[in-house]
Amino acid sequence: MNPLLYSIAFVLIVGALAWPLGAWLTWTLKTDKLDPLLNPLLGKGIKKSSGWKNYFLSLLGFNAALFIITWLVLANQQNLPLNPDGMKSVPWHLVFNTTVSFVTNTNLQHYSGEATYSYLSQLTLMWLQFTSAATGIAALAALARGLSGNRDFGNFIYDTARILILFLLPLSTLWALIYVCVGVPMTFEGSATATTLEGATQMIARGPVAAFLAIKQLGTNGGGFFGPNSTHPFENPNFISNVISMIAIPIIPMACVRTFGAILGKPRHAQVIGAVMLAFLLIKVTVTVIPESAATAAFQHLPVAAAANLEGKELRFGAATGPLWAVLTTSTSNGSVGAMHDSLNPLSLLGPFSGLWLNSTFGGVGVGMINFFLFMILAVFVAGLMVGRTPEYLGKKVEAREMSLAAAAFIVHPLLILSGTALFAMTPMGASTIHNAGPRGFSEILYEFSSSAANNGSGLEGLGDATIPWNIATGIVMLLGRYLPIILPLAIAGSLAAKPRVAESSGTLRTDTTTFGLMVFAVILFLGALTFFPVALLGPVLEHLSMIH
Amino acid sequence: MTTLRLTLVSILLCGVLYVPAILAFGKTVVPEKANGSLVISTNGKIVGSRLIAQSFISPRYFHPRPSACDYNAQAASGSNLSPTNPELTKRAQEIILVNQADASRPIPADLVTASGSGLDPHITRAAAEFQIDRIAAARGLDAQTIRALLPNGPLVNVLEINLALDQAKR
Repeated sequence: MNPLLYSIAFVLIVGALAWPLGAWLTWTLKTDKLDPLLNPLLGKGIKKSSGWKNYFLSLLGFNAALFIITWLVLANQQNLPLNPDGMKSVPWHLVFNTTVSFVTNTNLQHYSGEATYSYLSQLTLMWLQFTSAATGIAALAALARGLSGNRDFGNFIYDTARILILFLLPLSTLWALIYVCVGVPMTFEGSATATTLEGATQMIARGPVAAFLAIKQLGTNGGGFFGPNSTHPFENPNFISNVISMIAIPIIPMACVRTFGAILGKPRHAQVIGAVMLAFLLIKVTVTVIPESAATAAFQHLPVAAAANLEGKELRFGAATGPLWAVLTTSTSNGSVGAMHDSLNPLSLLGPFSGLWLNSTFGGVGVGMINFFLFMILAVFVAGLMVGRTPEYLGKKVEAREMSLAAAAFIVHPLLILSGTALFAMTPMGASTIHNAGPRGFSEILYEFSSSAANNGSGLEGLGDATIPWNIATGIVMLLGRYLPIILPLAIAGSLAAKPRVAESSGTLRTDTTTFGLMVFAVILFLGALTFFPVALLGPVLEHLSMIH
Repeated sequence: MTTLRLTLVSILLCGVLYVPAILAFGKTVVPEKANGSLVISTNGKIVGSRLIAQSFISPRYFHPRPSACDYNAQAASGSNLSPTNPELTKRAQEIILVNQADASRPIPADLVTASGSGLDPHITRAAAEFQIDRIAAARGLDAQTIRALLPNGPLVNVLEINLALDQAKR
């Protein structure tokens, strides 16, 4: 089948599967069925609702607890159990980077799992894959409640517990069981020692991979149990594991859109949002699958049989997987890879880069929808300027205070990416760590900062990023890229919630119309394009031009 | 402190409920797969994993795709070479030289490209066909006998086909 048609059909099918999942997630956030269990476990206080500030403080407190416990485990793994392969102590800056990376749902990895971390460390990181995903979804629930005109943003502890127990754990169990049935290992035994047919010894690393893999894909985490992530045969053994992984990557971010609309009580608004996100996703898929179907330029004058670019790709997944996966994983803040992005054709990088830069179509679990909310605020503002009216969103006036917060939130992402890239490209901190020379080397640095700021975690992995400057810089970027885009939108929602509702008139820009969808589409396109166009030229486009020259 | 309680509850759910449940399922329902799809020889020794590529350099065996990590299954990795990197061309030229490929007998692309993991257990059928004459000469078998061992379908598992080769000689 034509790889482009296959990819488009695949995305549409996952979109259809995500719709009922959105209803399940909505139920999770509304039900009180778990109260008899949660009241004794967590205390009576969990039903007490709070304003946005307390909700965020509770979120931050929980994340701080995750951070401290994980740091302690990773830093002391050599003295702790579940370490059959005798993994040694890890330097503090890598412990810092890894801990931040998994607490922030990024899963950027400056290490190879099978050569660095014990099974206990890996399972601790798996625990963060659950809890960080739940944190993101909880933040979205709070935002939606605030925007529905409610001053009651809910209770973070109550939300997180319900998301874990009723949503993430059941789904992950289903996925993990399928994974184990199709050949993903699930064992606490250490490496197997094999004697090959030629008499050599091969040590084969394995571990409790299936349990890890399920939430890695479902929770837009993306951190691999093994260094090469989902290209590794134990992390993706065959066509079936590959398909269910590619379903898992976007399905919860897609479901979050319906949940957002359901909590607001505006399902048509959610449909418009979903359509805009889907349009962007399909554009990215198209502009990536087409250039990646071309042969690599490296073999132009050699006697090599015609084929698509196979460097960095496994044979068992089929031809469309590389580029389709690359777009899904970057568009959803997942960051797992099904092919090595550093070996993709130059123009094939533009789609994945756009995913990281926009970070909202569909974006990470919960937070992707939050990022998209910012673009909607910017869109109603621009629309308001065009017709000379005070902009409104969902019946609330968007005024100077909200716009200042939205502008601040919008600027965080490009500021972190571009200033970080500039600093590292100019100094040996970055310039001495690149793997491929020329524009691809620049792309490696740019991608590392884009991925960190987007809390994505994939990389152009040729980059020698296991250094102190890289570990610290990307650690800071991941933290700012996680919590600022949560607190600022919550603050906007808090500010809007305190205002009186204005009556709808003929001059109101309705949020459930095609006009609104097109307006948001244009704002995302122009703001995104204007911000990152120059660096896209310096990286992928320049490399392509040098290649055809 | 509800925060600490939630932390504790989440640890119990993930570590005491979820992981042991998946482990118990794997070890009882699909133990061979849960242990890494290991291939055991007739004398009870582990030969490898059917999912993981291993090095084959003897002319008597099918060779896997090139590996950026030299088939080290404790430190897997891809080459991360970009299409514009001259190293990629250089590596292909060396493999082409060894295999005496030319325009009349071009080498299949998978034999000059390293996979993402460096552990891709497969080669394409064309890549297997490409190697048959060499193996036939080294083993003193005729090409047709070897071709008959190839499985149906577009991909060939290198370890499995090499086990079949060793069995065919007996």
